[in-house]
Amino acid sequence: MNQTIRRLPHARIEADSTVEFFFDGRRYTGKKGDSLASALLANGVGVVGRSFKLHRPRGILGCGTEEPNALVQLESGEYTEPNVRATLIPLYPGLVAKGQNAWPSVRFDLLGAVGLCKRLLPASFYYKTFMWPNWRSWEWLVRRIAGLGTAPQAADAERYVKQNIHADVVVVGAGRSGLEAALEAARDPAKRVLLIDSQEEPGGRLLGSPVPEERSWLANALSEVAQRDNITLLCRTTVNGYYDNNVLAALERRSNHLGPRSGNAFRECFWRVFAGRVILATGAIERPLVFPNNDRPGIMLASAVREYTHRYGLTLAREIVFYTNNDSAWQVALELHRVGVKVDAIIDIRGAVDSALVEGARDAGINHYLGTRVINTKGRSGIRRLKIQRAPADGDPSVQSVESLPCELLAISGGWTPTLHLYSQSGGKLQYRESDACLIPDCNNQNISVVGRAAGEFRGELNLQCQWLTPDVPPENQWVDFQYDVTAADIQLAARENFVSVEHVKRYTTNGMSVDQGKTSNVNGLGILALATDREIPAVGTTRFRPPFHPTTIGAYAGIELGALYKPVHLLPAHKAHLTCGASFDDYGSWQRPVCYPKPGEAEAAAIAREAVAVREAVGLLDYSPLGKLEVVGPDARAFLDRVYINNMVSLKHGAARYGLMLNEAGIVIDDGVVVCLAEDHFLLHTTSGGAAVIHRHLDEWLQCEWTDLQVVVNNCTTQWATMMLSGPKARDVLQQLDCDIDLSRESFGHMQYREGHLLGQRCRILRASFTGEVSFEVSVPARYGQSLWKILMQRGANMGITPFGIEALMLLRTEKGYLHIGADTDGNTMPQDLGWGGAIARKAGDFIGSRSLSLPVGLDADRLQFTGLELLDPKGQTISGAHILSADERTTNGYVTSAVHSPNLNRTVALGIVAGAAQRQGEEVTVFYDGLRQRARLVSPCAYDPEGNALNG
Amino acid sequence: MIRIECPWCGLRSESEFTCGGQSHIVRPENPAEVSDEIWAEYLYQRENPRGLHRERWRHTYGCRQWFNVIRDTVTHEILAVYHMTDSAPEVSGGRE
Repeated sequence: MNQTIRRLPHARIEADSTVEFFFDGRRYTGKKGDSLASALLANGVGVVGRSFKLHRPRGILGCGTEEPNALVQLESGEYTEPNVRATLIPLYPGLVAKGQNAWPSVRFDLLGAVGLCKRLLPASFYYKTFMWPNWRSWEWLVRRIAGLGTAPQAADAERYVKQNIHADVVVVGAGRSGLEAALEAARDPAKRVLLIDSQEEPGGRLLGSPVPEERSWLANALSEVAQRDNITLLCRTTVNGYYDNNVLAALERRSNHLGPRSGNAFRECFWRVFAGRVILATGAIERPLVFPNNDRPGIMLASAVREYTHRYGLTLAREIVFYTNNDSAWQVALELHRVGVKVDAIIDIRGAVDSALVEGARDAGINHYLGTRVINTKGRSGIRRLKIQRAPADGDPSVQSVESLPCELLAISGGWTPTLHLYSQSGGKLQYRESDACLIPDCNNQNISVVGRAAGEFRGELNLQCQWLTPDVPPENQWVDFQYDVTAADIQLAARENFVSVEHVKRYTTNGMSVDQGKTSNVNGLGILALATDREIPAVGTTRFRPPFHPTTIGAYAGIELGALYKPVHLLPAHKAHLTCGASFDDYGSWQRPVCYPKPGEAEAAAIAREAVAVREAVGLLDYSPLGKLEVVGPDARAFLDRVYINNMVSLKHGAARYGLMLNEAGIVIDDGVVVCLAEDHFLLHTTSGGAAVIHRHLDEWLQCEWTDLQVVVNNCTTQWATMMLSGPKARDVLQQLDCDIDLSRESFGHMQYREGHLLGQRCRILRASFTGEVSFEVSVPARYGQSLWKILMQRGANMGITPFGIEALMLLRTEKGYLHIGADTDGNTMPQDLGWGGAIARKAGDFIGSRSLSLPVGLDADRLQFTGLELLDPKGQTISGAHILSADERTTNGYVTSAVHSPNLNRTVALGIVAGAAQRQGEEVTVFYDGLRQRARLVSPCAYDPEGNALNG
Repeated sequence: MIRIECPWCGLRSESEFTCGGQSHIVRPENPAEVSDEIWAEYLYQRENPRGLHRERWRHTYGCRQWFNVIRDTVTHEILAVYHMTDSAPEVSGGRE
C-alpha cells in the first residue's frame, strides 16, 4: 500500500521531489505540487472518510471545492482545523491529517455498525425515532455517533488580517473564460482589473488538460497577465460572499500551503472587495449519477479522474469504467487513452451517441454499452464489480439483460451544474435550461456578467439525457447527498409526507445542508423532488444560496481585532494614579473606572462601605472625568435648551446651575444632568457618564433635521476636561488649601452654583452640585492636569482623612439619597410624571421635546410604574435589584426593585424601585418577591438619608 | 455594504454612516393642539416601500452631518443625495 504509483510524464508535479506526510497515523510520501487527495490516491488510500450518519466508507469523489467525502481533520492542538477537503490541501512537508467521524479509524470503523440500522434512520430520523421519552435522552448518543470533524479546543495560534481592495472590474475565476475576460477588460489601461482565483495556481480546468495547445495557451495568458500593470492577480483566494453594490468578501490563504508555523505574519487575509463591475467565471461542477450503491470508494466524478490523471499524473486503477449520460465523459475517456491509460468500458444510458465518439472509443479499444444503466455496485471497502442492465434492441423492458463487469474505478458524469452560488447571492435569479438539465443565469440587478461554463457555455454540446435517479430499482441505496447520507428514498419520503417547498425538503431531508451546501447534490435532489411531486423543475424552484460559498475560518472574520484590540478602551487621565492607590477596575460604558480602592486583604464590599462612610464623615475623592460634558453655543442656545429639557431654562442665570430632565419625542426620559449657564449664549450640559455621545447625537439631530433655523452649535468636550469630585463635610477645607482665585466660602459659592477661575495657576471650572448628598465640588481642569490634581488633592487632604472612592461607593451614596440614576431606576417607559416632575411640566409654558406625548392616554394611566423608595419591614432584611413587587392577589407583578444596597450609614437595606401608581400609594405595604422569598416592605420617599438636606448645604 | 456619497466628505463606506429612517416627517406646528391620533401618527407611522425611499443618514464617523438620501429598497441603489433643508428631487429609475 505504501508504494506510490508512478506518475505520468505530463503531470504538473515535481516528479523527483519527495514530500513526507501522515494520514491517520501512517507515514506516506507524495510530490511537490500534489494535493492531499492526489497524494492519498497515489499511495492507494481508497477510504478517506466515513459518512455523517451511517458511517459508510467513502472515497474521494471530486478534485476541488465540490468534494463531499474527503473531509479531514488537519493538524492538531492550536493549529487544528476540522472538515478540510483533502482536495484543497496542498501537500507540505510534515502534513498531519486524520479521517473524521470514525473510531478507531476510517479504515476500520466500529461505528460502521450503525449502517445496519439504516432502516431506523430515515430522513428526519431524529424527529421520529428518538422521541421517546424525549429527544434530550438520545441527543448525547446521536451527537457522538453522527458528526464530522472536531471543533478546536485551544485558541487559534495563527493570525489573520482584513483588507479592503477596490477595482473597476473584478473577475472571479482564472480559468480560460476568466483569463480571457480579464485580458479583455485590461485593454483599457485606465481600468483597474482584479483577477481572483481560488486554486493553488491559476488556470482552472486547463490545469487538468493534456492538450498541448491548451497548455501553451494558459502559459501565454498567464505571462500576459503578469505583464499588465493594471491587472492584479489574487491567487489562493476564494470569493465567498457577494453583497449589495458589488461588494465581495474573499478569503486569501496566505500561508496554508506552507503548513503551521510557516513564519508568515498572517495565515489568511479576509478581503473586502469593492467592484465596479463583476465578471463571474466560476466554472461548473460535475454532477454524480444516482444509482444503487453509488457511494462506494472508487466511484469518482469523470472531471476528477481527468484532473488526477493529467494534472497529478496518476493512473488511478487497472480497470477503469465510465458511466455517463452526456458527451463530456467520453472526451475524458478518450483523453485518458491518448496518454496511455487503459479505459475498459464506457456505459451510457443514452441509446444513441455521436458517431465520432463511438468510433473514437472503438479505435481506442474501449468497450461501450449504449442504452445501459448501472443497477448496482459491489465491493467491500471499494468498488470491485458493476451490475449493468442493457435495454434490448427491440426496447421491450421486460426482457432486459443483466451483466456483471469488473471495475476498480468508476468515472461518472450526470451532467454539469454551473457554479452560480455567487450569482444567486448577488440577487440574481436562475433559469432552468432543459437541454442540459442545468440552472443558468437569468436576470440580476447588479452590474454583473457571467461567462464560460458558469453561464452554461460548455464548449461543445453535452447532448445530455436526463436521469435523476435509476428507475425500476429500489431508491433506498441511491445516494444523492454523500456528505449527509441522503438517498433518493429520503426525498421521496419527504414528498409523500407532503413537503412541497424545496426549502422545506432541504431541511427535512438535510439534502444540501452539509458543509458543502450540496455542491454535488442540489440539482439531483431537485430532479428527484420534481419527479416525486409530478412537477417540472422550474415549478419546484431552487434553494437560495447564501454566503459563504466555502467555509471560512472564524479567525479571518475577527482579523486582528482580538484581545486588547477587540474594543478601544477609555482610560482616565489619572489612570496611573488610581493604580498607585490600589484601585480595582471595571468597564463602565467605554471607560475603565475604579470600582473601589481595597486595602490589602480587604474585600470589595468592605472597601465600598468604608469609602461611603468616609464621604459622609470626612471627605472622599472621586475621579468623575467620564461625566458627560457638552457645550452648547449660539444666539439661540437658550431657546434650544428650553425645548430640550422639561425644566425652565429661560430663567437660568449666568453662573448658576439647574437640574434638567431630557425626554425623547415619545415622552420617555432619556437623560438627566446639571445644566450650567456660562454666558448668555453659552451653556454647559452634563450628561449621564457614558451618555455624552448619545445625547450629542440626539441634540445634533434636532438641530440639523428639525429646527434648522436655530443658530446653535453643540460640541462634546467630555474628554477635554478631567473632573475630580471632592465630596464630604471637609471637602471645602481640602480645596481651600490649594491656591485658587475663586471664593469657595459657603456664603459666596452655594449649592448649584458654578465658578470659573484658576487653580494652582491653571484654568479650572468648579461646579457645586451633589450626587452624594454631601457638599461636593466638581473640579474640572484641562485633562493633562487631571493626574497632578488627583495627586495633590490626595496629598493635601491626607491630614483630613481624604479617601479615594470608586463608582460603587458613589452608587451606594446616591441610592441612600434616592437620587435617580437614569437607565437603572428608569426603563423604556418612564415619563417625567413617574419621577415626581408632573407639577413642573404643568408650570412650563412652551413646548419641549416629548411634551405632547405625556398627555397621550398611556401617559395618564393611573397604574404607570412610578419611582419610589422601598423600606423593608424587617430591619435585617435584604433584597436585590430585579426583585418583583407583587400585586395584591400575588398573581402578577406590580413593579420591581431597581437599586438595592446595604447602607453602612443607616445600617439597613436601602432600596429604590418603580411600582404601579406608587405616587398615590406612599405608606402602603407591599410584598417583595425574589428567588422564592416573600418580604414585606413599605412604599416610602426615595430619600432615606438626611431628607432635610442639611449635609448638602453645609 | 453599500457606499454613500456624503455631501461634505465624498464617497464613503456605509459603515461610517448611521441610517435615521424615513425623512421629511413633518412635526406638527403646535403639538399641544393636535389630536392624539395625529400625534401618534407623527410619532409612529412610517412608510415601508418596495422601491424608492426617502430617508435620512448621518455621517457618524466623519463630519457628523445629517443629509437626505433616496434609496431603492430593492437594489439599495442610491439615486439622490441632498441637504436636510432641500425638498426631495425628482429621480428617474428605481421603482416607485
